[in-house]
Amino acid sequence: MNPPGDTPAASTEAAPLPARTAEVPSVGEEPPLRRLVTEFAESGLALFGLALFVLILAAAVLAPVISPQNPYDLAQLDILDSRLEPGARSEDGKRMYVLGTDDQGRDMLSAIFYGLRISLGVGVTATLGALALGLALGLIAAFAGGRLESLIMRIVDIQLSFPAILIALILLALLGQGVDKIIIALVAVQWAYYARTVRSAALVERSKEYIEAATCLALPPSRIVFRHLLPNCLPPLIVVATVQVAAAITLEATLSFLGLGLPITEPSLGLLISNGFTYLLSGKYWISFFPGVALLLTIVSINLVGDQLRDVLNPRLQR
Amino acid sequence: MLVYVLRRVMQSVVVLFVMSLLVFIGVYAIGNPVDILINPQADQEDIARAIKGLGLDKPLWEQYLVFLQRAMTGDLGKSFAFNVPAIQLILERMPATIELATAAMLIAIALGVPLGLWAGLKPNSLAGKTIMTGSILGFSLPTFWVGLMLIMVFSVYLGWLPSNGRGPTTDVLGIPVSFLSWAGIKHLVLPATNLALFNLSLVIRLTRAGTREALLQDYVKFARAKGLSNARVVGVHVLKNISIPIVTVIGLQFGALIAFAIVTETIFAWPGMGKLIIDSINVLDRPVIVAYLLIIVTLFIVINLAVDILYSVLDPRVRLADARQ
Repeated sequence: MNPPGDTPAASTEAAPLPARTAEVPSVGEEPPLRRLVTEFAESGLALFGLALFVLILAAAVLAPVISPQNPYDLAQLDILDSRLEPGARSEDGKRMYVLGTDDQGRDMLSAIFYGLRISLGVGVTATLGALALGLALGLIAAFAGGRLESLIMRIVDIQLSFPAILIALILLALLGQGVDKIIIALVAVQWAYYARTVRSAALVERSKEYIEAATCLALPPSRIVFRHLLPNCLPPLIVVATVQVAAAITLEATLSFLGLGLPITEPSLGLLISNGFTYLLSGKYWISFFPGVALLLTIVSINLVGDQLRDVLNPRLQR
Repeated sequence: MLVYVLRRVMQSVVVLFVMSLLVFIGVYAIGNPVDILINPQADQEDIARAIKGLGLDKPLWEQYLVFLQRAMTGDLGKSFAFNVPAIQLILERMPATIELATAAMLIAIALGVPLGLWAGLKPNSLAGKTIMTGSILGFSLPTFWVGLMLIMVFSVYLGWLPSNGRGPTTDVLGIPVSFLSWAGIKHLVLPATNLALFNLSLVIRLTRAGTREALLQDYVKFARAKGLSNARVVGVHVLKNISIPIVTVIGLQFGALIAFAIVTETIFAWPGMGKLIIDSINVLDRPVIVAYLLIIVTLFIVINLAVDILYSVLDPRVRLADARQ
């Protein structure tokens, strides 16, 4: 199971989060990882989504290498090149701006690559933070029971009855702008989904025989929770996390567009779109349009992968 | 039933209380209340007087009581930017937001139910598949970007519809509304469509799922066996049975619409509460921010309560389950 199962898993689970599946010890008799990989590959659409996401991720990670210019190095910008149409050549005729330029004469393609970096970075960091917090509180709720459980779950219920954007907006209105603040806001918005998922999964798993067996062996509770219970609670969490990464990226873009999220010094896709909004009305569509397309492709690719993961990891749909 | 309603009302009061405490902590304890509640342009003497006047020199618990007391009487301070009571400012903007949200909801239902029925009746047809793909896009597309694209296509390139503002309003019972004049409707179309997209997709999916499930039920088979026309089977028997989940979700989504209107209003410069809060945050008009937060939280609690009660009226099983506890 181990050496042959590792390679396909690593290639399929390119998203930072689902990569954790690779470490999940197999409890069942069948080789689950290989089954997951083959089932995942059954959908062409999901593979397309995965390929697209890997491309986007690569563009984000390699942004400094593949960008035609460093969009935030003022020495490389030429104000005479500002607001050029896609495909236009620069003033000195040396280069072509494939996706046009913005009001500072910045190459949009490069700005998008750098923007993806920030958007993905914030989205993934926030998701990991929310996952950790939700996991901890969900497990505490499942195991502590009683007052503490009902307190945590009541907070979850109340929070989920408000739209995410509203809670994030309230927090940002109180906290102010900043990368750290938007990550705090996103974590605060999203932890509840994980807490709810973990708690229900943990409650189901806890009553199963293997946990009973582990308890009978007098294993320490921490070992039972982390080595036995947690790996078996992961599948639903992975699905939620995939979908939530996309949600976090959208939410960050929306908040940045509204001028509440990231400061100007961290130009994510949402800020790029917001920056182009003023020029949209005069027909200069490309400053907003292309960052929007990049955002859209990112979200769609993640959702395609998430949809297929949900089908593959859902025990009820197992063939 | 009465017990159920009373208990839900009690729960809502507790939530409201907790929320007011959170907003209070957010404004008074995390931030510096002097910065938040007193106009930063005031001079030293004014600031000293205002600190005393607002009771900011008192212990925190006492301040909270004073804050609660003032909030109960509707006094949440004056807007720095407009110099009118914050509550009044927000209530003035509320009709515009509610009109926008209602229009969006109507669009979502009027288009979503027929499209969802079609997709549910003919799931394998090209039209059915197209509708479903479209609904996935409706979920994935970021609302604000779709709004920009709507402006780009319909206002900038085609020039058919205006891209900002409410247009001329007509007063109905003293409340200005847009939908009574042609120019007003033209202003309403783009923002309402933009706001409707997410819910349109949601209604399509719910209707389709409900229809496919209902078609397999015995009562539909029986109705067909009786020789009823297809229109009657679908229009009466199917539609009636799938309406409960749709009504519930629509009710719950109304609150979400008001929240998401923040984005749509900002893009289309629609003069509602959402645009007001964004403008207020940008100019640090904090009394308005605090008032908005408290009002929107109250609104949500009321909507959630209303939907819960409505649901238990529509579906008696909910009440029974609750009574058995």
